[in-house]
Amino acid sequence: MQREVTFAGFGGQGIMTAGKLLALAGMAEGKEVAWIPSYGPEMRGGTAYCTVVIADRLIGSPIVNDPENVFVFNRPSLDKFGPRVRPGGVLLINSSLIDVLSERKDIEQTCVPCNDIANALKNGRSINLVGLGAFVARTTMVSLETQRAVLHKEFGKKGKESVLQAATEVFEAGVRAVLEGQGAKTP
Amino acid sequence: MSEPTTIFKRPASMRDAFTHYCPGCTHGVIHRLIAETLDELGLRERTIGIAPVGCSVLAYNYFYCDFQEAAHGRAPALATGIKRVLPDRIVFTYQGDGDLASIGTAEILHAANRGEKFTTVFVNNAVYGMTGGQMAPTTMPNQVTTTCPRGRDVNLAGWPFPVADVLAQLRTPAYVERVAVHTPRHIINAKRAIKQAFRYQMEGRCYSFIEVLSTCPTNWGKTPAEACKWLDEVMVPYFKLGLKKSPDRPPVE
Amino acid sequence: MAKKLMKGNEAIGEAAIVAGAQAYFCYPITPQTEVAEYLAKRMPEVGGVFVQAESELAASQMIFGAAAAGARAFTTSSSPGISLMGEAMSYIAAAELPAVFINIIRCGPGLGGILPSQGDYLQATKGGGHGDYRFLVLAPSTVQETVDLTIEAFRLADKYRNPVLLIGDGLIGQMMEPVDFEGRGAPPTLDTSAWATTGCVGREPHIVKTLFLDPNELERRNRKMRDKYEQMKREEVRFEAYLCDDAPELLVAAYGTTARVVRTAIDRLREDGVKVGMFRPISVFPFPDEPVRQLAFQPSVRSVLVVEMSMGQMLEDVERALQGRRPIHFYGRGGGNVPAPEELVRECRRLLGNGQGGRP
Ligand SMILES: Cc1ncc(C[n+]2csc(CCOP(=O)(O)OP(=O)(O)O)c2C)c(N)n1
Ligand code: SF4
Ligand SMILES: [Mg+2]
Repeated sequence: MQREVTFAGFGGQGIMTAGKLLALAGMAEGKEVAWIPSYGPEMRGGTAYCTVVIADRLIGSPIVNDPENVFVFNRPSLDKFGPRVRPGGVLLINSSLIDVLSERKDIEQTCVPCNDIANALKNGRSINLVGLGAFVARTTMVSLETQRAVLHKEFGKKGKESVLQAATEVFEAGVRAVLEGQGAKTP
Repeated sequence: MSEPTTIFKRPASMRDAFTHYCPGCTHGVIHRLIAETLDELGLRERTIGIAPVGCSVLAYNYFYCDFQEAAHGRAPALATGIKRVLPDRIVFTYQGDGDLASIGTAEILHAANRGEKFTTVFVNNAVYGMTGGQMAPTTMPNQVTTTCPRGRDVNLAGWPFPVADVLAQLRTPAYVERVAVHTPRHIINAKRAIKQAFRYQMEGRCYSFIEVLSTCPTNWGKTPAEACKWLDEVMVPYFKLGLKKSPDRPPVE
Repeated sequence: MAKKLMKGNEAIGEAAIVAGAQAYFCYPITPQTEVAEYLAKRMPEVGGVFVQAESELAASQMIFGAAAAGARAFTTSSSPGISLMGEAMSYIAAAELPAVFINIIRCGPGLGGILPSQGDYLQATKGGGHGDYRFLVLAPSTVQETVDLTIEAFRLADKYRNPVLLIGDGLIGQMMEPVDFEGRGAPPTLDTSAWATTGCVGREPHIVKTLFLDPNELERRNRKMRDKYEQMKREEVRFEAYLCDDAPELLVAAYGTTARVVRTAIDRLREDGVKVGMFRPISVFPFPDEPVRQLAFQPSVRSVLVVEMSMGQMLEDVERALQGRRPIHFYGRGGGNVPAPEELVRECRRLLGNGQGGRP
């Protein structure tokens, strides 16, 4: 069993970190994981993306051209990665910055207004964590419990309880957005 | 009422292209000053530029004249090759501080020492820009970069390399000046110096070298305005601006 | 110690520290600069030497100096920088000093690009610098294997008093995978007392040099070095055979990142009952000549497909090893493009003449 996701957006949206946190959760579940970044000329000011693969056995190709899941955080990423989602897969869309859906009928689509949710919690920089919460809730690529434990470990540095609290708040808001169907539309 | 007149336009020596430089980066300003110079001196069609390896490796996307791309640090050697076989053409190298003051130190010193009749525009931004902000030979004392995470320790890495001042020590005649581009006043002065450098080359007088203090807001972790301020407050006091050497003034014996 | 999620480049840095590296000399170049950035922090913490040199030329000569002075020294770079190290490689090999070089290959030639490639295979295995010498060359395909082979590289460098070169591509440097340092440690310290230039208190001076104007003396050294390379061929061949023992029809040869893609392609083909196996060299000098012969000359194997991120370099070693006894095909990608599993599935099917799976 192998599961994959590509997170894509602008540089600076925390895409790479979201991917890393997911990979850490995969590891915590005893799985094989690989985190593959985009690197290259397009990084300067352009799109940034990473792919996370979580599998039961040794991971072969680090290049996944048709990921099972894709989360796009901006419009150029929708144009680039929307067509690549594997048929039957899930496309998550940051509807704060993207006001359209993919025209595809062979995938499921879920909208999450990441920026709006993060802004409402006065944590506008953490749209990646909103996205991560929504993603894990939507796909259960890892369990929510594991992902929460990873957040605890990564953000729960002593003396910085407020950082963990803020991270948890946005993450849980992302989870709720999906579970309670807030903003989630399916065409 | 009089007809509207054009007071500002793209120099003919520049292409109509989108910049890839970061917001607030002064590489673009320096490009423009060179392009204006080529226009004003009527040099565009007989100029060959040499791009370095660094953020300005893509300089040929902006200049509308012949260009060669050099290996990292080797631009002065290419320029020598071109100028020696085409002595009536105008040749300039455009190089960053990693390119010129680190890996290419041998080439620049010897081109200057041979008195090659080309022009170098040396962009000193105190850091390796393109590779993401590592220490350069020009990095300021205590300045933090990704390869001196505790700040530049002058006991281990030495003091910032003052290229213009070093080249000025050579006995071979040359024109060497250090300028900056962080305020309009400095930009106007930099333009004068760059134009003078190309004039000396046209006259076949000497090697000409202009060091330009430039900003790298991205790798300095500063806004464009803060970067200009930092350049003024930290770089200028160490890298003293001004004329370092002139072919009109022979060295004192 | 629990596994850590690390970028290949950072894992190389930590592995070198685990291996007891005492001195690291570098010059920034994408896609391996993170090694330098990592070690700029870590080396001072362990009392090691970190120097950002003025060029790769200088960095590699700093290794020459440090190695001759008896230190466990190494450098990392990427293709254009490795070219500049060719000089030092030749001298260090000639002086019979242990040293480790790591090339995180990017696409070329020339300035090329910064994306992954395997275009430096011939440079790594057949040349680099001038003269009659060889490097022992290892090619990992996962981050964990990169860690293990980095540590191993230091041991082998000592064993042969010869430089060892590790080649990875940009993807291995940039991707993160879990790595385990548990149970791994520094190889025993090499006794350098007979040759290192440490000051001649109470002994005759040591001279480290590579100039030998007497042809017979130089030839003796050439022969001695040749003997070392022959010993490497006997003792250091490493490879992996994947699904090769159930009479595969096609044998795919690939190393590094490409081998991972091949593995995925093979898994997909196997789901449809298409029997394909893989030969993955881990040491590319010495090349596993005999193992690839054994795998390819199985009666079931109709042909061999070599896959590389180059226009055909390891291909020459496979051709040499198989001596024309099996048809050899080649599939290469360049420019920084990594082949996708789908492409390789298609290519394997094409070669087997069974477009839709099953037997032709
Ligand atoms: C031989 C070689 N070594 C290293 C590099 C990687 N490299 C590319 S640009 C650069 C530094 C450029 O810095 P600088 O010259 O200061 O220019 P800036 O980007 O700051 O304008 C380096 C080290 C290379 N391309 N070739
Ligand atoms: S990295 Fe620095 S030098 Fe390069 S374009 Fe950006 S601001 Fe300019
Ligand atoms: Mg610079």
